[in-house]
Amino acid sequence: MDFSFMRDTFFSLLSGVPLTLNLALTAVAFGAVLAMLLALMRMSGIRVLDAIAQAYVFVFRGTPLLVQIFLIYYGLGQFRPTLQELGLWTFFREPYWCAVLALTLNTGAYASEIFRGGLQSVPHQQVEAARACGMSGFLLFRRIVFPIAVRQALPAYGSEIILMVKATSLASVITMMEVTGIAAKLISQTFRAVEVFVVAGLIYLILNFAITRIIMALEWWLSPHLRRPPAVEPRLEAAHV
Amino acid sequence: MSNGVSSLSPQNAPAVSISNLRKSFGALEVLKGISLEAREGDVISILGASGSGKSTMLRCINMLEVPDSGDVRIGGETIKLKKGRRGVEPADQSQVDRIRSRVAMVFQSFNLWSHMTILENVIEAPVHVQKRSKAECIAEAEELLTKVGIVDKRNQYPSHLSGGQQQRAAIARALAMHPQVMLFDEPTSALDPELVGEVLRVMRSLAEEGRTMLVVTHEMGFARDVSNRVVFLHKGVVEEEGPPAEVFSAPKSERFKQFISSHR
Repeated sequence: MDFSFMRDTFFSLLSGVPLTLNLALTAVAFGAVLAMLLALMRMSGIRVLDAIAQAYVFVFRGTPLLVQIFLIYYGLGQFRPTLQELGLWTFFREPYWCAVLALTLNTGAYASEIFRGGLQSVPHQQVEAARACGMSGFLLFRRIVFPIAVRQALPAYGSEIILMVKATSLASVITMMEVTGIAAKLISQTFRAVEVFVVAGLIYLILNFAITRIIMALEWWLSPHLRRPPAVEPRLEAAHV
Repeated sequence: MSNGVSSLSPQNAPAVSISNLRKSFGALEVLKGISLEAREGDVISILGASGSGKSTMLRCINMLEVPDSGDVRIGGETIKLKKGRRGVEPADQSQVDRIRSRVAMVFQSFNLWSHMTILENVIEAPVHVQKRSKAECIAEAEELLTKVGIVDKRNQYPSHLSGGQQQRAAIARALAMHPQVMLFDEPTSALDPELVGEVLRVMRSLAEEGRTMLVVTHEMGFARDVSNRVVFLHKGVVEEEGPPAEVFSAPKSERFKQFISSHR
């Protein structure tokens, strides 16, 4: 093992980290919106919407992400005239947007199932208490259902975010110079695959370690009700009525 | 203390009146035409064996269950119903929300919001449904929590409290809405026996304030001593009704006689 080479490689690969994180976080952000929409469609009780969402999830969970990326990047290129007419070509000609789109569509499918699980786990009684106070519609969703569902879904959703960080490596096949893209380039220049991929793997580990910690902190912050109560406050004990 | 809380004073305006309420779940008819009127200041205990329809009747008052037919009037306003695709449903959700914010409910299993502190539970609906100022609601919530004896728990979460404390918090949450009517759905049935008393004491003090209360309960002591009217349901109909002094000492219905003797 050539440690000075590995150190140099580490710094070369670090330059890919911003793009890796950019792809992952952009896709996670758009994907979360899509996933919430799909989860609500599944739970709407309207058969058509439910069926559409189910079919969507089936297709995007059931096919490899790599295939989806190829289809979007190369496949849509065949419809260039149509896309140009629609004014969408500027979007689809960029590998960056094709990668973001593929990742978004993919995480949307997975996360919608996570969100649905979270929404379904909201205790019926707490929703009923909110209704009995005069809450309904969006207010009920925003104040009661969503906050409880998020707390239920967060551990599983954390894994999904980590999966997305790793999935960005597939964007290297459509010329994106994120961590894996740079690694592949370095290997073709130096033929030292082991060192380069060890360092690349290490960088993903560091990224995901940081993300895991952030999610753990978020979970901790959102769940004081699951921890032991704080030491009893100074007694303000009022006489019982 | 006896039933001097309030009497069936005809000058008081009706707070809740339901007439000819019917409700079925599938083939099972739970309410078979129930009528009941609560005037302001009435404390009505609703008794009955499980399956008699007492909880369903209470839940029809704030439309947690929508009756198949019949009228529910709150403070003189009839809740509008219509035939929908899945049976009868409220015609105007905003009317239902408005009425619900004046009719507070206390549940058997407390149903506090688990992600909020006790104080946040109490101010939630006043701030977000009734749109009152947060500072004012906090001050009032602390008074209410003092009144029910758990102001020291205000920054704790429901899961940190005992059942009795949670139920008292739920009562404070209901009071914070300034309700015209309070519905209690078996408020002590989920409590350990030693915790029942603390909740009943709070409810008794509310009755003494002259609040209008409809209480589904198995607590005969409460029905006898605190309420000014007792309604006994059996298989979806009102089987016996009257002031507790009358119905307990001289029950007309055989079923009610049996019920009393089995609940001594």
